[in-house]
Amino acid sequence: METLYLIFIDPFVQMVVEPAFLVEVLIGGLTSGVMYSLVALGFVLIFKASGIFNFAQGIFVLFAALNFVGLMDLGVHPILAFIITIGIMTALAFAVDRLVLRPLVNQDPIILFMATIGIAFFLEGFGETLWGGDVRPVRVGIPDAALFWQLGFGEILVQSADLFAGVIAAFLVTVLALFFHFTPVGRALRAVADDHQAALSVGIPLNNIWVIVWAVAGFVALAAGIMWGAKLGVQFALSTIALKALPVLILGGFTSIPGAIIGGLIVGAGEKLFENYWGVPLLEGATEDWFAYIVAMIFLFFRPQGLFGEKIIERV
Amino acid sequence: MSRSGDILLSVKDISLRFGGVRALTDVSFDIHEGEIFAIIGPNGAGKSSMLNCINGFYHPQEGTITFKGEQRRQMRPHEAAAQGISRTFQNIALFKGMTTLENVMTGRMLKMQASFVEQALYIGRGRREEIAHREKVEEVIDFLEIQSIRKTPVGRLPYGLQKRVELARALAAEPELLLLDEPMAGMNVEEKEDMCRFVLSTNHELGTTIALIEHDMGVVMDLSDRVVVLDYGRKLAEGTPDEVRGNQDVIDAYLGVSHD
Repeated sequence: METLYLIFIDPFVQMVVEPAFLVEVLIGGLTSGVMYSLVALGFVLIFKASGIFNFAQGIFVLFAALNFVGLMDLGVHPILAFIITIGIMTALAFAVDRLVLRPLVNQDPIILFMATIGIAFFLEGFGETLWGGDVRPVRVGIPDAALFWQLGFGEILVQSADLFAGVIAAFLVTVLALFFHFTPVGRALRAVADDHQAALSVGIPLNNIWVIVWAVAGFVALAAGIMWGAKLGVQFALSTIALKALPVLILGGFTSIPGAIIGGLIVGAGEKLFENYWGVPLLEGATEDWFAYIVAMIFLFFRPQGLFGEKIIERV
Repeated sequence: MSRSGDILLSVKDISLRFGGVRALTDVSFDIHEGEIFAIIGPNGAGKSSMLNCINGFYHPQEGTITFKGEQRRQMRPHEAAAQGISRTFQNIALFKGMTTLENVMTGRMLKMQASFVEQALYIGRGRREEIAHREKVEEVIDFLEIQSIRKTPVGRLPYGLQKRVELARALAAEPELLLLDEPMAGMNVEEKEDMCRFVLSTNHELGTTIALIEHDMGVVMDLSDRVVVLDYGRKLAEGTPDEVRGNQDVIDAYLGVSHD
């Protein structure tokens, strides 16, 4: 009886009694959710355009952040370092296309997936060789202060860095959405994602498009890497954050950009809410590590294509 | 009714194998400028394979294809598109998540010259081009009478209209040779009549040369200037619809022949 009360009644009582805490938890959850979305976005871009599940996307995040921070530590101006890193990620996209994707074109998806695992290990080692394995802080002038906001029902505490990350991520997502919907290149990208054969027949060269997609995914990885780096420092554990993108993708659907964004927000907010209202009182905390995966599993049972994914219908 | 001019596309001794399966064997024919050319034959005769060779999806092991006087053995699909070959597909290959307008706009992809940055920022050439292409696309949309579904995602359209959008996308590229793979398959009588009308007016008004695959013999006989018949990957006959209709080999292939 006591347990049932703690599961079904007490959390909601708490939410109503202390709305300020609820808002704090939600903001914290949504801001980290937005960063999950950024990582997931990289996966979706590549999966949509080439049908490849890029296991290396997490390493991309780390590798981009490593280059950015490494250049800055050498005394390069942040903006210049940012531009150079974009260049590096574009070069990486070219290399992946020429050295990995083209030789393997028309192979089974599982082969390409294995190839991306190879890319992941290579980049992890290469990154460490280049920049060493230390945790590096990101100092790009992201304001890091605790803000107290006075709301109608009480005072809440917000981290300015979280807000900043949220704004940047939202901006990036908007720019990408505009790019995809209103430019010819974006149209070509969506066309390729939709139907390879038809895209070829209207004269879209697939290879160039793949390079663009991988470069854009690299750019998104850089943005995600800087955000995560600012929060946690650039360290090799960053690449495991990519794993958090998996439940996000399962929730949102592997082929949907809005899905990646909303999936990220749901996972972020969901795990913080669960941790604070159910995890700590009932399970002694540390639920954030697995909550998202359980939700993803439940989703796999009932809606395997995700919230926004294309329903899988095969004409026989 | 022969309006045909010079040879636009010449297919010579094409053989195509998939492993041990011979899809096409020594097939030759010419398509003349301005004509409607039909490729017919029973199921599995190699008709679609033939179209796929022409637009570069398949690369035949033997034989040559000459388009506009230029001979080639291997060509990639986007190169074929760049040279003026557009096509539609048997199983509709539209971009289902995109609107009719966006789908037709992709047909103009090859004609865009502005740089990536200009396009992305919608400045200079990027802006001018987009406007010019949009005008052309609106013409095609008017031509095929699909104004009312311009903003509808094509995945939601009924089958017959999807086929029409696919034709629009092919026409937006202003092709010299238009390949239609079963443009009327699965349509009801009304939709078929519409499609026939559009195929004819494309040919008459725009002067586009058309090669089409079709199963409905009535349609083939009405539309085409000349017909080639394939069976088991070989050419059975070639000629005007009337000539082909009277050909004994063709009758045998379609109706079967008793071996006793």
